[in-house]
Amino acid sequence: MSGSTSGQGNPLRYHSRIRQSGTERQPETHPLTWRLRDDGEVVWLGEYLDKDGYQSVRRALAESDPQGIITVVKDANVRGRGGAGFSAGVKWSLTLQGGDMPRGYLICNADEMEPGTFKDRLLMEQQPHLLIEGMILGARANNARQGYIFLRGEYVEAARVLNRAIDEAREAGWLGPDIDGSGFDFDIAVHTGAGRYICGEETALINALEGKRANPRAKPPFPGQSGAWGRPTVVNNVETLCNIPAVILHGADWYQNLSGNRTGDGGTKLYGVSGPVAEPGLWELPMGVTGAELLDRAGGLRQGLRLKTWLPGGTSTGFLLPEHLELPLDFDSIANVGSRLGTGLMMAVPEDRGMVSLMRNLEEFFARESCGWCTPCRDGLPWVVKLLRDLEKGQGQAGDIELLDKLAADCGPGLTFCALAPGAAMPLETALRHFRQEFEQGIGKVSGDTRGVPDRVAADAPANNR
Amino acid sequence: MMATTPHTTELIGSDRFELHPDDEAAILREKEHYEQPQAACIEALKIVQRRHGWVPDGAIMAIGRLLGLGFAAVDGVATFYSLIFRQPVGRHVILVCDSSSCFLTGYETLKQALVEKLGVDYGATTADGRFTLLPVCCLGACDGAPALMIDGETFGPVTPEDLSDLLEGYE
Repeated sequence: MSGSTSGQGNPLRYHSRIRQSGTERQPETHPLTWRLRDDGEVVWLGEYLDKDGYQSVRRALAESDPQGIITVVKDANVRGRGGAGFSAGVKWSLTLQGGDMPRGYLICNADEMEPGTFKDRLLMEQQPHLLIEGMILGARANNARQGYIFLRGEYVEAARVLNRAIDEAREAGWLGPDIDGSGFDFDIAVHTGAGRYICGEETALINALEGKRANPRAKPPFPGQSGAWGRPTVVNNVETLCNIPAVILHGADWYQNLSGNRTGDGGTKLYGVSGPVAEPGLWELPMGVTGAELLDRAGGLRQGLRLKTWLPGGTSTGFLLPEHLELPLDFDSIANVGSRLGTGLMMAVPEDRGMVSLMRNLEEFFARESCGWCTPCRDGLPWVVKLLRDLEKGQGQAGDIELLDKLAADCGPGLTFCALAPGAAMPLETALRHFRQEFEQGIGKVSGDTRGVPDRVAADAPANNR
Repeated sequence: MMATTPHTTELIGSDRFELHPDDEAAILREKEHYEQPQAACIEALKIVQRRHGWVPDGAIMAIGRLLGLGFAAVDGVATFYSLIFRQPVGRHVILVCDSSSCFLTGYETLKQALVEKLGVDYGATTADGRFTLLPVCCLGACDGAPALMIDGETFGPVTPEDLSDLLEGYE
């Protein structure tokens, strides 16, 4: 997409920003954001170097072999910030390298499209060199020869900033051959996408990078064994990679201690809140702050509204209740109550909002974004949408809710190639569990068979035979 | 006897479309970033679209010839990705975020106001060829919801009352 100039200077133009001031964001406590400027301008190379930029690369290339980097990242227990929470160090330890193995690829997943998620954009638009620094470390650890930033096509500003920053880094010798005199070579190219949520799934992303339709691939083999063009490939989220420089510079213990005794997960998290709250936004906070602390940062719900339910990290996570606000927002605590931390950006739903219409909106998204590869997803999600639309209009029929239960189960983990369908199922399953009555109210307000199926006694219709 | 030329070649007018030399050069440069030429396919489609506003059939053939790909491989990609347009669009494309954060902050009212103002719904172009209206996945501007994007620039939060002034800048 081409950037136009018509909107420049327009006060409605969206600008990504962090809600915390520079005085709160200190190097010892805010490794992801302390370098960000209060005026929201880009931290280019000169300023970045003045703020200890690339010191972790200098140290790691001089002192550590790949295994040394992997060990620190594993000990720090950096868990993937793209939503899955898998240990980055463990993932890296599974990448094939050494011997006759050809050098492969490091791909930064910058396809931020999970509804309610707007964190990676900030890191890329205002502080591109931290990501580049993290990618160099990741490349060294995984013996990657080339990096790609797979950036969603709509992030036009991020593409501009990243490309300029990569040029800066290359000119200064932080990318290219013999980085910092170490003998290690690595370079980065920005690959911009052309839409479709499915590109964020790591194997679909690799297909998209190769210039194909973004259908997911069967696993195994995992990308670390055979990824882009059959070579060992590591895919990490933007925020995950941005965590690595500080881990290398300050060590695993320091990283673990950032979250204090709140949680077993170390480090900080770029948390956020969206929805009808007083001050939606982004905050870098210790991993494991509670939902209540985060919602407080956002000033609570807008005046006159009360919290009904919330999603902890995107629409592919499960709905939680107000009582769950006391839980630490870490991977395990949220998983224990039947949801997922996901991207860690909370979406707040007020009491006056009907769950059926919200679910209809949410499942319309997943149905549209299904790549069509697997039957439960391709055929099941449009069916879910149809049922929800009927319920929303009060035209649901007996058995519809049980059918939704079944469709949610049929889209669950393990039945499709990728996690899109399970991601669509989790909010549905939890909404049906917590707010079943609202769905039941959508049944039978309109008399007769509204679907035009003749001679069918709705009440007797078996749920699994329609 | 049936014509030996595949009728599709005539239908899609491949002989009538030539890549602009600058575009061809840009595509060949893009190819250098990857192990195989096919990887430049998506960017090639975007390059053509930047010049023409959309991707005509002939361009699919031309890109295929340049990258050593068949028509089906290129068109399969072109039709998969939502930001590649396989039919003409207006001079400006409005992408309305319809994901949940925007839903919770009133995108439906905003979209309705747009539909009334433009006289077209999703997937259509105004009669004067000025605007095309399309939905888009979460724009990642959820702290500025409801959000929309015009020609690659993101705006938000946008209210129905903002629309007149906002759209005025696009001729």
